[in-house]
Amino acid sequence: MLDTDAFDLRKYLSRNPQSVAVWVALAALILFGLLRYDNFGGAYNITSFLNYNSMFIVISVGMCFVIMTGGIDLSVGSVAAFTSVIAAYLSPYGIQIALPGAVLAGIGFGAINAFSIIAMRIPPFIATLATMLGAKGGALVISDAQTISVDWGSNFTKMGMEKALNILPWSIVVVAVVVVALWFVLEKTTLGRTVLAIGGGADASVLMGLKVNRATAFVYLLSGGCAGLAGVILASGFGAGQPLEGIGWELSAIASVVVGGTLLTGGLGSVTATVAGALLLGLVFNILNFENGRGTISFSAYWQMVIRGGFLFAVILFQARVMSGRTDRKVQT
Amino acid sequence: MATLLNMSGIDKAFAGVSALSGASLDIAPGEVHALIGQNGAGKSTLIKILTGVYRRDGGTVQFNGADSVISSPRGAQEAGIATIYQELNLVPLRSVTENVMMGYEPKRFGVLINWKEAHRRTREILTQFGIDIDVRAPLGSFSTAIQQLVAIARAVSLDARLVIMDEPTSSLDASEVSVLFGVVKSLRDAGVSVLYVSHFLDELFEICDRVTTMRDGRTVDCRDIAGTTKLDLIAGMLGRDPDDIEQAGMTEFGASSADVDKGAVLLKAEGVSTGPRLTGFDMVLHRGEIIGLGGLLGAGRTEAARAIFGVDRLVQGQIDVNGFGAAPDTPAAAISAGFGYLTEDRKAEGIIPDMSVRENLTLALLPKLTKNGQIDRAREREVVAHYIKALGIKTANMEQPIRELSGGNQQKVLLARWLAIDPDVLILDEPTRGVDVGAKREIQAIIRDSVAKGVGVLLISSEFEEIVEGADKIIVLNEGRIITELTNPGITEDTLVRALAQTEGQAA
Repeated sequence: MLDTDAFDLRKYLSRNPQSVAVWVALAALILFGLLRYDNFGGAYNITSFLNYNSMFIVISVGMCFVIMTGGIDLSVGSVAAFTSVIAAYLSPYGIQIALPGAVLAGIGFGAINAFSIIAMRIPPFIATLATMLGAKGGALVISDAQTISVDWGSNFTKMGMEKALNILPWSIVVVAVVVVALWFVLEKTTLGRTVLAIGGGADASVLMGLKVNRATAFVYLLSGGCAGLAGVILASGFGAGQPLEGIGWELSAIASVVVGGTLLTGGLGSVTATVAGALLLGLVFNILNFENGRGTISFSAYWQMVIRGGFLFAVILFQARVMSGRTDRKVQT
Repeated sequence: MATLLNMSGIDKAFAGVSALSGASLDIAPGEVHALIGQNGAGKSTLIKILTGVYRRDGGTVQFNGADSVISSPRGAQEAGIATIYQELNLVPLRSVTENVMMGYEPKRFGVLINWKEAHRRTREILTQFGIDIDVRAPLGSFSTAIQQLVAIARAVSLDARLVIMDEPTSSLDASEVSVLFGVVKSLRDAGVSVLYVSHFLDELFEICDRVTTMRDGRTVDCRDIAGTTKLDLIAGMLGRDPDDIEQAGMTEFGASSADVDKGAVLLKAEGVSTGPRLTGFDMVLHRGEIIGLGGLLGAGRTEAARAIFGVDRLVQGQIDVNGFGAAPDTPAAAISAGFGYLTEDRKAEGIIPDMSVRENLTLALLPKLTKNGQIDRAREREVVAHYIKALGIKTANMEQPIRELSGGNQQKVLLARWLAIDPDVLILDEPTRGVDVGAKREIQAIIRDSVAKGVGVLLISSEFEEIVEGADKIIVLNEGRIITELTNPGITEDTLVRALAQTEGQAA
């Protein structure tokens, strides 16, 4: 079923030099946290950390596919806010209705993006910017700019607050399934290869008979659907639909993708490294919280953002060093 | 003889693979010096070491009588070495003046750019080259040739002692080439040296004084070009005996193959029009036949290829495939009908640069490699390994990104991409452009072998010898219309040139 050769870390890193930096930084940060803070490796910290960041992971992975085609999706944050409201409204019917309903709403926004980009030939930046504004306005309209409380009586809040088999929160399980499925799509299927080919050369891809429009539509529908899922997790985890949330999420997602070594111009990217990028960004906050908890130094939320920015910069600098060290390795002239 | 540049014993290895071993280059002041060799021979690496892009592992470089301390392209520029790249590194949206003066603008009060003076100096430099253009207009509004000359003007304005030109004529037409040559000659007269890299051997005889030949990372020959023949140069690059090459013909197609029985009809085009650039195009292609499309740039050759491959929509006419069925209306349909299309522009329409050799080779084959949406990796690797071996593709392994391969090897990968789908019809647009002599012959041999297996080929080539020796029939186009058809045996470069000249006459 899977690739015949077993996973070989050295092989993986030599084929994905752009992803080395994110793994090294992630490992370093985890090691730092484990050595410095007592409860860092505890089950509570790990599950609550993953639970909170599962929304960002799923959005980042969807964004990763869009960026690999050379596009961008600025609408994800607003769409997540919109779908959190939808999920809250649907919560009395249970998660089995609310989840697919909200994801479908997200896919609907993705369909609008895909239509503008493919049929109307509007550049992705502009098309998704319009959707971002539309979804944001739509979220405020349908919620009357209020947070919409979910139905606590139904099983809806289980998703964000309870654990599967008493081990991992459901949100993490669901996101993990999505991530594995998308990793499979990218690495093993024609569709995944087509996504990368489009980013590498759209004209060439058409002339090779690849289904370019279909794959382009797929990535925007996917990104919308991922944002929809994030909206469900948001509503379920906080017990309310949040029309004002999601601001800047698209930029965090783009940051995760880039830190993971995916080229903004497309053609090169990795699902696993994007997950690592999202975890890395979340971990910086997590560590700063621990640091504040020790009481020796106290960083305000604003300073935390500054520190996160600086850290991001350092990782990207490291990544650039790793890459430029390799450009000298051409075999031919 | 005095020397301007002396490089000797240059070694360079990439990741343990030797690219240069003991290479040397010697350039006198005020000479035009040609540097030739197959792709992968080490020309570019040598130049990049000279201009500070790469660091050498060993050897000495002396420039202008002193040991060179150049460690960056900027340093090279300051030392008086200017490089005119194949892909121009200028800013098309900005004015000619800005492009010439950028970074070195004349200043007023030390900060403000003195535009009046900048325009004046730019005009002055360009007039020396016999170019009279509006220097305030954006550079992109001029032809490639002018842009190239502007790049040279920039180099000269920086007091270059040595100008390196990498394939300067590859995108120029005949009259533009002669303007360029005029500039090269005036540079020489002014005492500036020119290092001239080109695959077009004929032009070397016109403007170069000496020629250095490289092969497999070594310098194998350096001689005066007077008294040398083209055959000698080819033999030097390939490391073969000139007489052998003469015997075998200039291409791998050998003599014409008209006596071979034509097979069944593969493709029939009748009155095909896609717009003003292709009107009333007729063609019948049989199994095992090569039809050449002759004509000058813009005559409609590429348009004919695009029409047949379903890229451009037919306005009129029809195309029958295998004697029945309508024409494919998309490239995907064309591919499933058994067509392959090797595009003219390898960079923009051929390779996916960041993808590996393996992924590039199997992109068109993916539908056949896919089961339930999943790629059969084992079979994929099998196919790729087969073609790497069969076509002699030089790559570290099948996972190497294709952008790291030489032009000839990239082209072989693209050919393999289409051979892998087991095509009936191959459309080859400039299959050997920009590849070196050795790879050219190998590619021609690959084409010949597929034709022998019954593939029908539509061949577009600006290399007359290729199309004259290769094609069974040449359809000559001008301004989108068929002017005449020539049939082998009997076509010579002469008859083809006469047919083309005739089209010129009609166009006038």
